Amino acid sequence: MNVTASIFFAVIVVATLGITYWASKRNKSTEEHYVAGGKIRGWQNGLAITGDFVSVGGFLGITGAIALQGFNGFYLSYGIPIAFLLVLLVVAEPMRNLGKYTVGDVITSRFGTKNVRAIAAVNTLMISIVYLIGQFVGAGALIQLLLGIGYSVAVIVIGVLASIYILAGGMLATTWIQILKAMLLLTGTALLLLLVLSRFDFNPVALFGETAATLGDGAVTPNDYGGLIANLDVLSITIAVALGPVGLPHVLMRFLTVPDAHTARSSVAVASIFMGLFFMLLPILGYGAAIYVGQEEVAAANPAGNLAAPQLSEALGGDLLLAFIAAVSFATLLAVMAGIVIAASGAFAHDLYTNVLRSGEATDREQFRAARISAGVICAFALLLALGAQGLNLAFLATLAFAMAASANLPAMLFTIYWSRFNLTGAVSGMVAGLVSSLGLVLISPNLLGESAIFPFTNPALFSIPIGFLASYLGTILSRESREGYTPYEEIHARANVGSEEA
Amino acid sequence: MRRSEYSGMVETTAFKELVRQKRAFLIPTVVFVVLFFIMLPILSIFTDVLDGKVVGVISWAYLYAFAQFFLAWVVTFVYWRKADRWDELARRAREEASEREGSEGGSA
Repeated sequence: MNVTASIFFAVIVVATLGITYWASKRNKSTEEHYVAGGKIRGWQNGLAITGDFVSVGGFLGITGAIALQGFNGFYLSYGIPIAFLLVLLVVAEPMRNLGKYTVGDVITSRFGTKNVRAIAAVNTLMISIVYLIGQFVGAGALIQLLLGIGYSVAVIVIGVLASIYILAGGMLATTWIQILKAMLLLTGTALLLLLVLSRFDFNPVALFGETAATLGDGAVTPNDYGGLIANLDVLSITIAVALGPVGLPHVLMRFLTVPDAHTARSSVAVASIFMGLFFMLLPILGYGAAIYVGQEEVAAANPAGNLAAPQLSEALGGDLLLAFIAAVSFATLLAVMAGIVIAASGAFAHDLYTNVLRSGEATDREQFRAARISAGVICAFALLLALGAQGLNLAFLATLAFAMAASANLPAMLFTIYWSRFNLTGAVSGMVAGLVSSLGLVLISPNLLGESAIFPFTNPALFSIPIGFLASYLGTILSRESREGYTPYEEIHARANVGSEEA
Repeated sequence: MRRSEYSGMVETTAFKELVRQKRAFLIPTVVFVVLFFIMLPILSIFTDVLDGKVVGVISWAYLYAFAQFFLAWVVTFVYWRKADRWDELARRAREEASEREGSEGGSA
């Protein structure tokens, strides 16, 4: 098993480095680095967005959750199609029309001050780092398990790989690695689906019937999660999953890699087809694992069920399929990481360095260098945090990043685009309150304090999202500020809807 | 495109029509989608109304969850068709705005 898996892992590493080498010859300017020159096509961007979401959290996490909890594990899935529908309807095109490289660009396009850009940058950095630590923890655990390499070594190796992709290949390499990985993971999932369904004459209803017969009715119907607090907690995570992507910096940034609003739209449509199929069919894998691996074995390998999918592939396809699925999961982690680091480096280098520190006066060469240095620094920083975060739960970190994005970024983004009265005080108070409440509530939650937690929920979204919106609203209506220096709302309104000629 | 052109653009008939059509579609759609979504976790977590079986052992809860995916596809498709027509209105708004500016003899 180790030999086959090692070969597959090596193939992934060589292929991704090959893409990076090819991209590095085209990655010569700041614009190439952040957004691949804005020349990505619709279907390519669509697959890359799919890649961002068809992640280890989805593939390993949700399959395991369904294997162990049945319908109750499906709540992490059904918000995703709605999330991307909202992305399409509300933010994708305005983001393309108003932004250049970052979320900060959009909010600054209206208020034009350095403060608001700095706060937007800090939010992007915090959200990205939390998400990134989750990916590192997941990758470390996976490699440790499948190749028998120590957690620290595994984390360092993937940190170095992700840095190379971005430093040399920028957004172009990141996009193509994401596309490659999306195709691999979709293929692997389809293979597993067919293997499971072939045992039921390709009749999913029969699989559900067998599941209910073996595991009891509770596996296919909703159950209580264990008291009011636990139930509200699940509601909170479900809302975070549906609203988080609308404010996630590395998702929003993908709309800046395409030339116009029409292409931005096409990319979400492509992503919605693939992502929808993937997340809708996960119960088949989860129930397959529960039947052919057994719930005890799944729980024994990992209490959260994170290894259910690899275990299922071993049960149905032997060592070869296991090695393939494991290598694909590894590629997934690398690709998602690269996408997040590039978004974070945009906030750091484009927002904080170029526009706040240097007031937009830096030459393209200086900006390009700053972008690359910051990508390396962010990778190293997240890597160090990940070394200390080994015990934290992958799903907790991912859903926390979703909650932060929905609380800190979403209100300010929406009001900037759609509310004519929105002002600087509202933007600042909304972003600060959203970030502080989502992070603050987690610090006093059972995730970090265990038994002595002050805040009983593991996910803050149910409270921090309303706080973010309320603070944006109250900040706006309670403050009396002059609108001098603002871009008139009618210009934002026109640009968001019509775009600009040269785009 | 210069700044002055944007302020003129919101006055064009094409832009007004574009915004009217977008609002008429987007506001009810977003409200419906959000309500349709949020009712699933609320009903499945806090009540038993979705526990009944529909086909074989497949419960209303699963059927409702699958419906979220189909809703997303259908609305994406409808939006996609409409938005291509809106692109045409946006193009006309740009043209009208630049004609206006031209007739007023350049930027103010």
